[in-house]
Amino acid sequence: MAPSQVRRSKVDFMTDASLLSRPVDATASPAAGRTEPFPRAGESVVTVVADVTRPSELSRARARGLSWRSFALPWLLPLGLLFVWQFLSTTGIVSTAIVPAPSDIWDAAQQLAERGELQHDILISLRRVAIGFSIGALGGLLFGLAVGLFEPLHDLFDRSLQMIRTIPHLALVPLMILWFGIGEEPRLILVAMGSLFPVYINTVGGICNVDPKLIELGKSYGLGRAELVWSIILPAALQPILVGMRYALGVAWLTLVVGETIASRDGVGYLVQNARELLRIDIIVLAIILYAIAGWLSDLITRLIERRLLRWHPNYADRVKA
Amino acid sequence: MSGASVSLRSVGKSFAGRTVLDDVDLDIAAGQFVSIIGPSGAGKSTLLRLVAGLDAPSGGRIELRATGRKADVRMMFQEDRLLPWRSVLRNVLLGIKGRKQDAGRILDAVGLQGRESEFPIGLSGGQRQRVALARALIHEPDLLLLDEPFGALDAITRAAMQLLLEQLLVARPRTVVLVTHDVEEALLLSDRVLLVKDGGIARDLIFDQPRPRHRGDPALATLKEELLDGLLTAERDLAAVA
Repeated sequence: MAPSQVRRSKVDFMTDASLLSRPVDATASPAAGRTEPFPRAGESVVTVVADVTRPSELSRARARGLSWRSFALPWLLPLGLLFVWQFLSTTGIVSTAIVPAPSDIWDAAQQLAERGELQHDILISLRRVAIGFSIGALGGLLFGLAVGLFEPLHDLFDRSLQMIRTIPHLALVPLMILWFGIGEEPRLILVAMGSLFPVYINTVGGICNVDPKLIELGKSYGLGRAELVWSIILPAALQPILVGMRYALGVAWLTLVVGETIASRDGVGYLVQNARELLRIDIIVLAIILYAIAGWLSDLITRLIERRLLRWHPNYADRVKA
Repeated sequence: MSGASVSLRSVGKSFAGRTVLDDVDLDIAAGQFVSIIGPSGAGKSTLLRLVAGLDAPSGGRIELRATGRKADVRMMFQEDRLLPWRSVLRNVLLGIKGRKQDAGRILDAVGLQGRESEFPIGLSGGQRQRVALARALIHEPDLLLLDEPFGALDAITRAAMQLLLEQLLVARPRTVVLVTHDVEEALLLSDRVLLVKDGGIARDLIFDQPRPRHRGDPALATLKEELLDGLLTAERDLAAVA
C-alpha cells in the first residue's frame, strides 16, 4: 500500500469517530475564513515553525546565497542600465548625438586621463569640497554647540542665523563673483555656507532634544557643567549631528557644481563648461557620472564613520563589545 | 548606626496650584529601611524627589544628617537611565575618576562579572537595573533612594533583585527609602512602611519581623491584607473624586 493511502484511510476512520462528538472547532473553522483542506476534528495538525535539529548543507548554502545577494543585488540595476544603454546606442535606437554610448564615455575618460586633465580636475574639485565642507561643518558645529549650550548666545544668534538660512546661498553667486572675482574664494565660501546650516540646525536640535532624564541623572551624580556636556549632552546629540553632516556633504557637492559651472578655470564643473562649448556630450555625461560617484563615495565614508561612532545605538549595533 | 537620618518639617509641594503634598512631617532614623506605598498619583515619587533634592519643596524644611561628612544621596529610578554610549563599567564610573577595581568588585557583587566592556544595549532589563544599582552603590551613599526600581521587571527577576538588595544592605547597612506599588516588596524588605494618600502620611507602620523574611509568613500576610485594604479604599476615594 502506498503511504498516501495509509494516511487517507486513517483520516477517514478518525472522521467517523469525531462525528459522534461534534467538537466546536470543526464547525467554527469555516467562519474564521480557513480554507481547504480542513483538518478533521481530533486530528492533530503539526506546523513546523523552525527546525534546526539538523543544520543542513542547505541552510549553509542559503547563508552563502544571502551574503552573495546583499553584495551583488545593489549592482544589478546600475549595471543592467549600462547594458541596456550600450545596447540602445550600438543598435542606433538612440542617436549617439543625443546620448553617447557608455563605451564613448569610457573612451573620453581615457583620453582625458592620458592628458592628465581628468585627474587634475577631479583632485581640484575634491579639494574644494574638502576645504569648503570642513570650514562650513566646523563652523556649523561650533555655532550649534554655542547656541545649543548657552542660552544667552541662543538669544543673540539664533534668530539671525535662521534668517540667513532662508536665503538660498546660491543666490549669492553673483555677489561673490563681484566681490572676489572668479578666484578660489567665492567657491569655498559658497560651499562652506551651504554646509554650515545643515550642521548648525541639527546640532542645536540634537542638543535641545537630549533626554532630560539623562541630564537629571548626570546632575544627581554630581557632574559639573563641562562633564555634563562631554559625557551626556554631546554623545546624545551625536546622531543628529552626523545626520546633519551627511546632508551637508550633499549640499557641498551641489554647491560646488554650481560654483564651478558659473565661473571657473578648472575642476569637474569647468570640464562640463568646456565640453558644452565644444559640443562634447560624452564629457558632459562623464562629469555627471563623476559627480554621482563622488556623492556616493562621500556618503559611504560618512556612513562608515556613523557606524563606528554610533555602535552603541540600537540602529547601528552589529557588535556589542565596546 | 551607619547612614544618614532624614527629617521633614511641614513640607508641602504643589504643581501649578494642585497640592500634591501638604504639611508632611517625617523622621527617618539612620540605617532604617523605609518603604513608601500609596495609590498612584498620591505623591510617593514626589516625596522621594524632594528628599533627593531633585525638586524643591513649595514650603517646609528637609534635613539630612550624616556623621563625619555631608550626606551622600544616590537615587535609582524606575527606568535604569544607563548611558547607552558608555560601557557597563564606564556607566558605573559615572562622575568618578579612576577606581576601576572598585567598579569591577561591585559589578561582581551584583552578578555582572565579565560584562564590564559591553554596551547596555546587550543587557536584559534586570541586568540593566543591576548596573544602575552598582552605579548607585559605588558611591557608598548614606542615603539610598529607590523609586520603584524593580517595578518594570518580571516577577522572578524582581524577586532576585530584592534578594540581592537585601544581601548588599546586610553587608553595608545604610538608610534606604523605597517607593513601591508592591505591598509585599515593602513588607519583605523594610523596617517601616508609610502609606501616603491625600497629600500626607496616612499610616506609619513599624514592622520588625526578623530577617530573612518569607512571603508565606502569616504575620506578613495579615499585614499585607490590611495594607492592601487601605490602598484600595484610597483608590476608591480617588476614583470618587474623579
